[in-house]
Amino acid sequence: MTEINLPVKKLRENFPNSILEVTTFRDEVTVTVAKGEIFEICKFLHSDPDLQYHLLTDLCGLDFFSETPRFGVVYHLYSLKSNQRLRVKTRVGEMESIPSVESIWKVANWYEREVYDLFGITFENHPDLRRIMLWDGYEGHPLRKDFPVEGPDFDKPFVPEV
Amino acid sequence: MAETRLMTINMGPQHPATHGVLRIVLELDGEVIVRSTPHLGHLHRGMEKLAESKTYHQAIPLTDRLDYTNAMGNNLAYVLAVEKLLGMEIPKRAQYIRVMMAELQRIAAHLIWLGTHALDIGAMTPLLYTFREREEILRIFEEVAGGRLTPTYLRIGGVSKDLPAGIETKIRAFLQAFPDHIKEYETLLTKNIIWLKRTKGVGVISKEDAISFGVTGPTLRGFGVKYDVRKAFPYSSYDEFEFEIPVGSVGDVYDRYIVRLREMEWSNSIVKQALERLPGGPILADDPRITLPPKDDVLSDIASLIRQFKIVSEGFQPPKGEVYASVEASKGELGFYLVSDGSNHPFRFRIHTPSFANLSALSKMIEGRLIADVISVIGSIDIVLGEVDR
Repeated sequence: MTEINLPVKKLRENFPNSILEVTTFRDEVTVTVAKGEIFEICKFLHSDPDLQYHLLTDLCGLDFFSETPRFGVVYHLYSLKSNQRLRVKTRVGEMESIPSVESIWKVANWYEREVYDLFGITFENHPDLRRIMLWDGYEGHPLRKDFPVEGPDFDKPFVPEV
Repeated sequence: MAETRLMTINMGPQHPATHGVLRIVLELDGEVIVRSTPHLGHLHRGMEKLAESKTYHQAIPLTDRLDYTNAMGNNLAYVLAVEKLLGMEIPKRAQYIRVMMAELQRIAAHLIWLGTHALDIGAMTPLLYTFREREEILRIFEEVAGGRLTPTYLRIGGVSKDLPAGIETKIRAFLQAFPDHIKEYETLLTKNIIWLKRTKGVGVISKEDAISFGVTGPTLRGFGVKYDVRKAFPYSSYDEFEFEIPVGSVGDVYDRYIVRLREMEWSNSIVKQALERLPGGPILADDPRITLPPKDDVLSDIASLIRQFKIVSEGFQPPKGEVYASVEASKGELGFYLVSDGSNHPFRFRIHTPSFANLSALSKMIEGRLIADVISVIGSIDIVLGEVDR
């Protein structure tokens, strides 16, 4: 267990005010952190010689809809050195933005574009924040809970002008 | 002084060498690529959104359509995630059958890759050979599951039906013959001077960059990084099989080719081991709240009929929580991140697909290279757009 808790212990030592909650479910450790220091925390997890979370396995958004802050961003990290995963979660409000981690993991460039596209969460200091799946000029963010599954215009067939 | 202007070329989305509907805008200085911008989303079907309105069972067929060359592997990743969420135990026989199917599917997926990749570079013969062997695997799938490309064979708790009588002989015959077929492909390519010139030293980036770009699977192992989910986090009894992780050294297109060839040999060996040690017993966990009852009981017993009806119409309610489960798919690490709010459909259904991350490294790999190299690099990272766009 000590091995599993090492990143949590280190995070608690270095960011005592930002670690909000640590949960373990099905042997997976989830650290919920405050948004303000997310960049520093990611940087620390990436560069600390004992942790070395060099692989950003996944970055995705969550929409809690009725709660405030409304959105969440989840980072799945993997350390090639210790063969361990860590999940870092943070919450973002509806009109807020969150620091980009693109300068730490290059793959975050595309993941953050995807989250921006599908959830409408904006990332600060992102070099190229455009839509990635949907076309430029599309309105709405499909993975939000208030976006209908059929699409917003399913009952308004589009008839092009001739 | 004359002004140098870059020429912009639009490659795709309708282009045979982009393996689907990928569009890349290339900015060229002569034949050298200065900048490239991939545009995705032509195959975006909103699978993550769709699955949020379905029950956990209903989402299985969606996963077949992610990377449509690797349907069994996708099924496996998804059912593992749900089983982890539920904390379920899977019967040994089902686990072994899953391993067999996933490895056969890996061979089939690598065969498609090899055939099309070689075709892109100009070698047409391997395609005819590889599709011949792939056809045999698809015939096996058809007998086992009823479907060829999208079998939807796996179920939450096990597999949908037991192996049909006589299938073992057919699988054995395939396994027996397949190593010789790999030698056939190798005689055509491995020492072919044209092949070497088109692949050696092409698409190389530093190992650190590859990791930073989140590259996984054979592409990452080509760089010499020994990361394979089957070894790192053994699932479905992979720890009971003997196999090695083939790695390359410099990470060029040729290394990825060699890694995939060796992987096919190991997959062949894993299927053989699984077939030899295939245990008896049930193929589906017996949890009346989650797994469907046997079909014969449904037709004769009212309690089973009700159980079937409840599960099909309402699904089941896993506990609140979140899990991430991943498998080593043919392209790399395929993971599902499921968040449950305790209701009968997922609150968040996130698919981490290997091709998406691997493709993000493409621009870096082809920067400063010739335009002809784009084709061989795209082929070598083995993208499937169904999985990139989801």
